[in-house]
Amino acid sequence: MWPIIQIELFKIYKRPRTYIAFGAIAALILVIQMGLKIDGEAYAAFLMKDINDTLTVDGKVLNGYLICYILLQLLLVHVPLLVALIAADMLSGEANLGTLRLLFTTPYSRTQWVLAKFVAASIYTILLLIWLAFLALFMSMWIFGTDDLFLMKSNYVVLIQEQDVFWRYLGAFVFASFSLLTVAALGFLMSSLANNSIGPIVATISAIVFFTILSTLNIPLFNVVKPYLFTTHMNNWKEFFDIQVNDSNDAITGSILNVAKIKNSIIILTIHIGLFVGASVWIMKKKDILS
Amino acid sequence: MSVIKVQGLSKSFGALKAVDQLSFEVEAGQVYGFLGQNGSGKSTTIRMLLSLIHPTQGHIEIFGQSLSDNRSAILEQIGAVIERPDLYPYLTAQEHLTLFAKLRKQKITAAKIEATLAQVGLLSRANDKVQTYSLGMKQRLGIGIALLHDPQLIILDEPTNGLDPQGIADIRQLIKSLSKDQGKTVLVSSHLLSEIEQIASHILIIHQGKKMAEGPKSSLLDPNKTIVQIKTLDDQDAKQKLIASVYQSNLLERTEGLYLTIPKLEIPALNAFIVSSNIDLVSLEAKNSLEDYFLQLTSTF
Amino acid sequence: MKKLSLLIVGILLMQVSIFAQSNALIERVTKKLNLVNDYVATGVMKTDVAFIKASLGKVKIYFKKPNLLKVKKEGGISLLPKGGVSVTINSLLNNKQYIAIESGVQMFKGKSLQAIKLIPTDEKLDWVISTLWIDPVDALVYKTFTTTKENGTYEITMEYGQYANYGLPSKLIFGFNTKDYKLPNGITLEFGDEDPAAKQKALKQKKGTIEITYANYVINQGVSNSMF
Repeated sequence: MWPIIQIELFKIYKRPRTYIAFGAIAALILVIQMGLKIDGEAYAAFLMKDINDTLTVDGKVLNGYLICYILLQLLLVHVPLLVALIAADMLSGEANLGTLRLLFTTPYSRTQWVLAKFVAASIYTILLLIWLAFLALFMSMWIFGTDDLFLMKSNYVVLIQEQDVFWRYLGAFVFASFSLLTVAALGFLMSSLANNSIGPIVATISAIVFFTILSTLNIPLFNVVKPYLFTTHMNNWKEFFDIQVNDSNDAITGSILNVAKIKNSIIILTIHIGLFVGASVWIMKKKDILS
Repeated sequence: MSVIKVQGLSKSFGALKAVDQLSFEVEAGQVYGFLGQNGSGKSTTIRMLLSLIHPTQGHIEIFGQSLSDNRSAILEQIGAVIERPDLYPYLTAQEHLTLFAKLRKQKITAAKIEATLAQVGLLSRANDKVQTYSLGMKQRLGIGIALLHDPQLIILDEPTNGLDPQGIADIRQLIKSLSKDQGKTVLVSSHLLSEIEQIASHILIIHQGKKMAEGPKSSLLDPNKTIVQIKTLDDQDAKQKLIASVYQSNLLERTEGLYLTIPKLEIPALNAFIVSSNIDLVSLEAKNSLEDYFLQLTSTF
Repeated sequence: MKKLSLLIVGILLMQVSIFAQSNALIERVTKKLNLVNDYVATGVMKTDVAFIKASLGKVKIYFKKPNLLKVKKEGGISLLPKGGVSVTINSLLNNKQYIAIESGVQMFKGKSLQAIKLIPTDEKLDWVISTLWIDPVDALVYKTFTTTKENGTYEITMEYGQYANYGLPSKLIFGFNTKDYKLPNGITLEFGDEDPAAKQKALKQKKGTIEITYANYVINQGVSNSMF
């Protein structure tokens, strides 16, 4: 199957559209980094308004680690849209172009093609994430330096020691790859249902927006389905940045507050990926190629 | 030896029967012309031969093997261009051939790729992106991809569509040469009789998914043979009687209506036979040529 | 009228004698504190505020007379009570701008401590009233309770060890009132279920402590003003 994965990767590499996402991420990150470099203290002061009533925070709060967290918080909502741009076009784009005929009349089976395309879309997604990590984490570390990570959550703040932060980002990026692969798989499923490029992209983005709204609304009716929605779990990379405390309220270095929650989310996202890709394979196998 | 053997092939899209009980055989080395109007079921049949469309009914055998059971091995030996030459606009001809070369079991060398580019006349534009190509160039590249792995069977669906006269002549020449010089089997479809007439050795006429006529071009287009359409009160009874008679070999294989190919001079004898056999004849109409026949088929049905 | 005058004089005399007694004890405390011109101490700081999850951090504490004090975390971010660290015993007793009133004896951790209330005489000082619990035996302050003008009340408890002779604690627990902490979900982008335990705790517990355990002091070796 490696030759067809190579072909799919080569096509992604050659497509101008591929670079839109890389460019968009770079532009967004650099703009935010520049903004925070120039006016970050005001932003930090705004965030720490409540804290400063009680405590004096001494140290470099606005360091590379916090910048990366802010960036991820903002971008991991939008990156799925960029992933959809490619993933939701993998099958339908070729159907629209007519090239699906070329592929499906080769000796490789449809299942192999669909899987190869998903692998290629996944590699693209992961490269996008690595690019995001490079810019959001390493560039921020380089521009802003590193220090303890002082995170302001809705109801409490977490102070994670500098040496305890980096591995959490690695964990968060690995987790984010599951989130984005779920989006890629959803886009893929939509793609298998259509013969044009725009429809599945719009449908994928709409589905993400719709389910995100369901996941964020605190309405009892929705709460029943919430635990099973992928959008509920996609943002749980943040769990890597919550820490356990002991009986005397000391944060335990190297700990994660809710490991089970992360595991559960990964399982649910993986199930979604499996279902979406499985359904795509099934649909494509059944489909008559009429384009 | 039959390269393609199709039996009782049908395909329905909802209520529409695109292909209806189609059976035919293509022998090795033939240039088999698939003739029919647009929407007659040619492309659907070709797509079923290439496993792009799943048949509703029927059986396809290619190289003596069932297509549904040996898809991969069969497709390894087929090269095809289906309708439009759809390619990746952001890739060059060279890149297209390099990519598709990877998909074949046999090793396709750079020299072979270059030779293919030369064969389809794209060597000088090999490194230009396809988006800059004319329709003819795209069509030629499509054929290049189809020929790259030296397949035994080449399926070309409307290969001259949209081409300029020179392009059409080039394609014709190429098809003839593939069959004559390289011994390939070619199945080519068109909605133009003149097109098929010039390149095919065998012709199948398809209309509304049904086979109308099939046979060697020499017999179908023989000026000595006139096509006669017989209309009777009971076609089934008339057919039985004709099959039992000397006219069995003159009967055109059809699912509807009765057609025979017969020298013009023998038409009175045929008429006499019909009368003597108590066939309730309504009309007996002689057509001058296959073209008349084809035109009539496509205009009256 | 005469009786009233006598009563007033009597009260005043009594107060003077109380002042005298308490002043003497505070004098002993001050004398001990005055042995230290400056110090650099290392220790471990623990922040215990319901809405804060922080781990123990190594800190350096710099002090210079009269009342310069700085707690610095060794690399990293430190959280200190707002304006609180300046309300030290030194700053309370500094310049003797207070009236001391003896207010009974109380038992604290098995010790019988003399409670003395300090009322500032200089209105510019940012504390309003402070109570010191002092052991008359060793002239060490074990507990203070200070109400400030702007930053609420602070409770400091101290334990002493090998630096007791200098009046320097081996452990200091700084208690203070915390205000509500809440950031809107829209800012934190946290829409998922929150940690209910932490939320519950934050609601219940309105007091925070910062605990510094001193490892060692380097006393009177000079500290540059630039440290503060």
